Amino acid sequence: MSTIAERARARPGPAADEVQVYEPHRAGLPPLGPYLRDLWQRRQFVFELARSNLRAQHFNTAFGQLWLILNPLLLALVLFALVTIIRGGSRGTEFLAHLMLSLFAFRLVSTSVSSGAKSVTRGGRLILNAAFPRTLLPIESTLTAFLRFLPTLVLYAIMHVYAGLPVGPELLWAIPIVACLLGFGLGAAMLMATAQVYFRDLANFLPYFTRIWLYTSPVIYYAHEVPERLKPIVAANPLYPMLAALSEAVTEGRAPSPGYLAAGLAWALGALVVGGLVFISRERDFAVRL
Amino acid sequence: MPSDSETRTLTVAEPRAAAGDWAVRVDNLSVTYRTAVDKKPTLKKTLVRLGRRERTVREIHAVRNVTFAVPHGTVLGIVGVNGAGKSTLVRAVAGILPPNEGRIEVHGRVSTLLALGVGFNGDLSGRENVLLGGLAAGLTRKQVAAKYEEIAEFAELGDFMELPMRTYSSGMYGRLAFSVAVNMEPDILLIDEALSVGDARFKQKSFEKMRELCAQASTIVLVSHGLNAIRKLCNEVIWMHEGGIAMRDDPETVVEAYKRFLDVGESDVADEDV
Repeated sequence: MSTIAERARARPGPAADEVQVYEPHRAGLPPLGPYLRDLWQRRQFVFELARSNLRAQHFNTAFGQLWLILNPLLLALVLFALVTIIRGGSRGTEFLAHLMLSLFAFRLVSTSVSSGAKSVTRGGRLILNAAFPRTLLPIESTLTAFLRFLPTLVLYAIMHVYAGLPVGPELLWAIPIVACLLGFGLGAAMLMATAQVYFRDLANFLPYFTRIWLYTSPVIYYAHEVPERLKPIVAANPLYPMLAALSEAVTEGRAPSPGYLAAGLAWALGALVVGGLVFISRERDFAVRL
Repeated sequence: MPSDSETRTLTVAEPRAAAGDWAVRVDNLSVTYRTAVDKKPTLKKTLVRLGRRERTVREIHAVRNVTFAVPHGTVLGIVGVNGAGKSTLVRAVAGILPPNEGRIEVHGRVSTLLALGVGFNGDLSGRENVLLGGLAAGLTRKQVAAKYEEIAEFAELGDFMELPMRTYSSGMYGRLAFSVAVNMEPDILLIDEALSVGDARFKQKSFEKMRELCAQASTIVLVSHGLNAIRKLCNEVIWMHEGGIAMRDDPETVVEAYKRFLDVGESDVADEDV
C-alpha cells in the first residue's frame, strides 16, 4: 500500500515518448497523416487476422481447406449447367473458362463487400475493448476475399490450359484489373460497413442484391452479347467494365478496350475515396453505436 | 453523498504538478451516448414516433464534466454503483469512446484489460490469439514472439496454449487475457472489473504482478467492485456517481464513505472480489 506508493514515487515514470490526445470530433476527419501511419503500423495485424480467419473457417469439415477450391468450382459448374440447359446446348470449354474467370473475379468483390458490410458490427467486442483505426476491419475483409481468390487462380490456370487458350504477355493486364477489383471491393466494403452500423437490416438484403448483381455482370454471358435495350442497365454496373476487360485480356488474349479500363479505374478510385471518407469520418461513432 | 457544490470543488481542485508528470490528464470530460428510446427499435415504432413528432433517440450522459489527473506510478482505483460511468470513463481514456466535450491526454503506451477475452477467436489456439492480441495492441510480430514465453508461463495453461480457445474454461480464458494485458510492458494499464480471474492462487499471483508493475512505475487505473482489492492496491481512489466525481481521496476514506453510502457496513461480501 503505502510502500508501493513510496517506491513508485522514488522512481519516476519513464519519459513519456508516446502522447495520445483525444478530443471531441464526431463527424469530420481525423488528421489523415497520423491515421495512415497508425494503419500502416498494424499491417501485420491485418494480415494475421485474415490468415487466421481463413484457417478457422472450415476447420471442422472433412475436406477442410479444400473447400476454398471446391466451393467456387461447384458454383461455376452449376452455373455452367444452368446456361447449358437454358440455351439447349453446350457452349464449350472456352465459355466455361470465361465463366470461371469472371465468376471468381466477381466473387472476389462480392465476398469483400458482404463480409466487409458485417465487419464492424461483427467486430463488436474488439471495437468496444481496443483502440485501433477501424478501417482495419473492412481491409481485413477485402484481404480475406483476396486470399480466398488466390487458390481459384490455380483452378482457372488449369482450365485455361485445358481449353487451349492463348498464353502471352496480354495476361499481365489481369494485374491492374484485379487491382481495380480490389480497390472497388474495399471502397464498397467500407461504405457498406458504415451503412450497416446505422441500418442493420442491410445485411439481410445483401444476398439478394449480390445475386442480381451477378446476373447483371458479364459472367454467365459475354459482355458483347448484351442486347442493345439492356445495355444501359448493364453499363451502370461498376463491375461490368472490369469483368469485360478481364475476359478480353485473359480468355481472348488481347489488350482490353481502353474505355473499359478507364471506366474500371474510375469506379475503383471513386469507391475508394467515397467509401474511405465516409468510413473514417464516422468511425469514432461506431463504439457508441454498437 | 457529497452535495453538488462539494463535487465541483473536488473536480476542479487539480493541477498541482507540471504537465510532464502526468500519465493521464482528463479535462472537463463529457461522454454522451445516443440510444434509441425503444429498447428494440422497429420500423413501425420509429414511424409512429416520427408521426407524433416524438424523439426517437435519447441521450445518456454517462460521464459529465470530469476532471482529474493521474501522476506516473499511481494506482488509481475507481469505485461506484453500476451505471455510474466507470467503464465509459476508462474506455474514453483508452481512446475507444470519443469524448463529446473536454480533452484527454495520455502519456505512454496503454494496455487494456476491459471486458474479458478481447477479440479472442474461439476457433484459434491460445498461441494464435496471443499473437493476434499483441499485433492488435500495435506490437510487431518479433516483439510478441519475444514476450510469448513470459505470457504463456504466467497464464500457466501448459498444453492448452496449442488448443482452440473454445475448449478453455472461463477461468483459463480470463487468465490468458490478464497475462496478455500485463505482459505487454504497458506504461499505463487500464483494468475494468477483470481482477477476479482464475482460482485463489492465480488471484494472488495477479495481485503480485500488479504490485510489480507499480514498482516499475507503471500507472494503473483499476475499476473494481472488490473493495478489498481497491484498498490493498490503490494509492488514490475516485468514487464516481451519476457520471461525475463524488469524491477523491485516499483509499480508506473513499471506501469507508462509499460503504456508508451503499449502506452495506462491514459485510464480507462487499469486500470480496465476486
